[in-house]
Amino acid sequence: MAKRIDVKDLNIYYGKFHAVENVTLSVPPRSVTAFIGPSGCGKSTVLRSLNRMHEVIPGARVDGSVLLDGADIYGAGVDPVEVRRTIGMVFQRPNPFPTMSIRDNVVAGLRLAGTKNRQQLDEVCERSLRGANLWEEVKDRLNKPGGGLSGGQQQRLCIARAIAVQPDVLLMDEPCSALDPISTLAIEDLITELKQDFTIVIVTHNMQQAARVSDQTAFFNLHGVGQPGRLVEIDETSRIFSNPSQRATEDYISGRFG
Amino acid sequence: MFRGLALGSGGFVVALIAAIGIFLLLQALPSLQANQVSFLTSGEWTTGDPNDMRFGILYLLWVTVATAAFALVLAMPVALGIALFLTQYAPRALARVFAYIIDLLAAVPSIIFGLWGLQVLGPALVPTAEWLNTNLGWFPLFSDGNVSIRGGGTIFTAGIVLAVMILPIITAITREIFERTPKDQIEGALALGATRWEVIRTTVLPFGRAGYVSGSMLGLGRALGETVALYLILSGASGRAPELSLFDGDATIASKIANDAAEFNNEISAGAYIAAGLVLFVLTFVVNALARWITTSRTGK
Amino acid sequence: MSTELELERPAQPPSFQGISTGRKAKNLAATVMVSLCFVVAVIPLVWVLWTVASRGMESLLRADWWSHSLSGVRANEDLGGAYHAIYGTIAQGLVTAVIAVPIGILVGIYLVEYGAGTRFARVTTFTVDILTGVPSIVAALFVYSVWISIFGFSRSAFANCLALLLLMIPMVVRSTEEMLRVVPNELREASYALGIPKWKTIVKVVIPTALSGIVTGVMLGVARIMGETAPALILMAYSARINMDIFEGSMANLPLLMVKEFTNPEAAGFNRTWGAALTLILIIMLFNLAATLVSRLSAVKTK
Ligand SMILES: Nc1ncnc2c1ncn2[C@@H]1O[C@H](COP(=O)(O)OP(=O)(O)O)[C@@H](O)[C@H]1O
Ligand SMILES: [Mg+2]
Repeated sequence: MAKRIDVKDLNIYYGKFHAVENVTLSVPPRSVTAFIGPSGCGKSTVLRSLNRMHEVIPGARVDGSVLLDGADIYGAGVDPVEVRRTIGMVFQRPNPFPTMSIRDNVVAGLRLAGTKNRQQLDEVCERSLRGANLWEEVKDRLNKPGGGLSGGQQQRLCIARAIAVQPDVLLMDEPCSALDPISTLAIEDLITELKQDFTIVIVTHNMQQAARVSDQTAFFNLHGVGQPGRLVEIDETSRIFSNPSQRATEDYISGRFG
Repeated sequence: MFRGLALGSGGFVVALIAAIGIFLLLQALPSLQANQVSFLTSGEWTTGDPNDMRFGILYLLWVTVATAAFALVLAMPVALGIALFLTQYAPRALARVFAYIIDLLAAVPSIIFGLWGLQVLGPALVPTAEWLNTNLGWFPLFSDGNVSIRGGGTIFTAGIVLAVMILPIITAITREIFERTPKDQIEGALALGATRWEVIRTTVLPFGRAGYVSGSMLGLGRALGETVALYLILSGASGRAPELSLFDGDATIASKIANDAAEFNNEISAGAYIAAGLVLFVLTFVVNALARWITTSRTGK
Repeated sequence: MSTELELERPAQPPSFQGISTGRKAKNLAATVMVSLCFVVAVIPLVWVLWTVASRGMESLLRADWWSHSLSGVRANEDLGGAYHAIYGTIAQGLVTAVIAVPIGILVGIYLVEYGAGTRFARVTTFTVDILTGVPSIVAALFVYSVWISIFGFSRSAFANCLALLLLMIPMVVRSTEEMLRVVPNELREASYALGIPKWKTIVKVVIPTALSGIVTGVMLGVARIMGETAPALILMAYSARINMDIFEGSMANLPLLMVKEFTNPEAAGFNRTWGAALTLILIIMLFNLAATLVSRLSAVKTK
């Protein structure tokens, strides 16, 4: 199920502002790729362009190609809804649907897809919650609102919701930045497990996190205020953190940045 | 000094609402005492002779509520559609222009809607009304009413005009709340592969429901109190009491008062109308207070 | 690490997980319905405006329309004009505004600058909401019972203004409140820091900053009340001749002229009714336009 992503010469604009310049990278299936870099360098922007989520923002525009197993997600006649159905996303702030119960949150995507069979929904609900390491904590209160959970639980609920529709790729934009260390660990473990089934791209502020969970790491940087962000290098995580080929990467990793 | 002035003005406004209730009641009491029939359960309305006052609110209240309810039933779904169109569908560059067009509806004075309803829309609706009456007349709503369908002065015509008039009110409030749907919820739905309509169903509608209901209540309040459009459109009944039909006519509380304003030459006769006005005041007060209560309790503002 | 895996991969399945035709159809249906709703609202607007414009134009093109009253003109003569009613509409609108604006602004100031968060402010806000919803006919009956029944004044244009006042005050309060709330707090604090007392800060700093917004709100409010008819039916008597005195005697305004003339079966009556309607719409548009202009111009200035 998991698919590979190939990004070629990607340029992203917000209106007249050139936010990201010439990004080319590949993400193999069943792996975790981390995006790191100073804030404002375009990590979220690139991530959102991988499932056309940037189209929600007025004026946002993309140039270049993003191939999912060879098929251009920006190709003519490709429905962005189908792209997002295939490439799921988890956000920085947990965003469960506040009016829905925990169960309804998890199966929201399936409901949309037209699954009505109660038994099937329950199965998927349990499988996804187990997949998100949340089942034991919520199995007795599936009918309670999702908003009543702790931040970390809410984020895992959102992950369960995203994997319930069985996407091929999972994008995560700083999924732990709003969470405490314990919840963060829980989610990191989860990411390592999810890698068996999904292609994962994660944006993170936290370099230890990138080192812990990812197979390859992409370092983005900014040459100056008002300049577009660029991909400095992408390589195996161990190489990036021990022996990067670019000076800027090394400076950033070692905290000599600024 | 300045503080006192500002505080005093606040007090003045609060006193004003109380005064409206109190003075209407004071002026209505003598007439209510002189009334020969029950004000709340009678439909009779003869107020010419101060010594033989017979007036009851029943039919007026019924026509008022029926017209407003019919208008609301027509306006609510359309207003919902417009609010969705303006916030979720219209291209951003055009959304403001479109919203302005809808707001223009609110700028047209009700007397002009009334004239249009009387002279243009009413006649244009006659074939539809007659068709409904002929083919679906067995259904109480479309049965024969107490005024001529060909004349057009029916609840049917009035309700449609009123619906147009309250459309911008409901739309404005609903639109405002729909616009505030949290972005992260919308994105959450999009990331599941929801279509635009599914995004609306999972996020915008649940979030905006209270605002929509409250806006509709405000529209209802406006419809209940609308005077001059109905004064122009509704034709006087031929005697039979209004029942369930949309082709009934006669008058609403407000249009009755406007219609008979010339009769206000003695206090007792005028008091009957003031009593009717008091009922309208209470009715709109309750509806508006309810609308406000819904917004404050549901949106926690 | 996954190169072998890729080589083993069978022929490409479709790259994207499709969504069902049913969902696409529903989405399309919703788009169509929602757009239709908008069209449904535009139809009556265009229809009404077209009716008024086409039927009223004839009167407006006569020079007398703008300079003469209907005094001494017979029902079937296409003579005279609406000068008396235009004067009445504008005079009543302005008199109402002159009284409503200071009261409304003071209430708004109280709510934002002094009362914020207090119990009495909440009561006041609630009251303003209720006042917004009071039907014009009820406001008219209230003025009738106090001004005419109890105080014994006779019907006059001023009595009409009093009823319009009740309708306009909440509009002014609302727009004042809204504008004061967007005045940044730093501005107030900067002024306090200079040792300027609160009332002076409000008068010299806060109000000027919010002024254009308040003026816009007031203009929209005036435009709204000028179209009100119900209070005039109860509180004043129509006069076909010019009367400049709003306190004494009968007087016209455009809505009353329409009410008077729509029962006139002659062609002249038709022309007068719709001529007055078009004139009223034009005046309202003018005020709306001016309001937009004021807010535009000041928006540029604050940039
Ligand atoms: N919605 C937006 N509109 C305009 N500019 C934006 C928007 N979102 C982000 N940007 C700009 O794009 C650049 C990259 O932002 P972002 O992708 O959020 O960075 P990161 O996630 O790496 O912190 C920044 O300069 C930011 O100001
Ligand atoms: Mg970011």
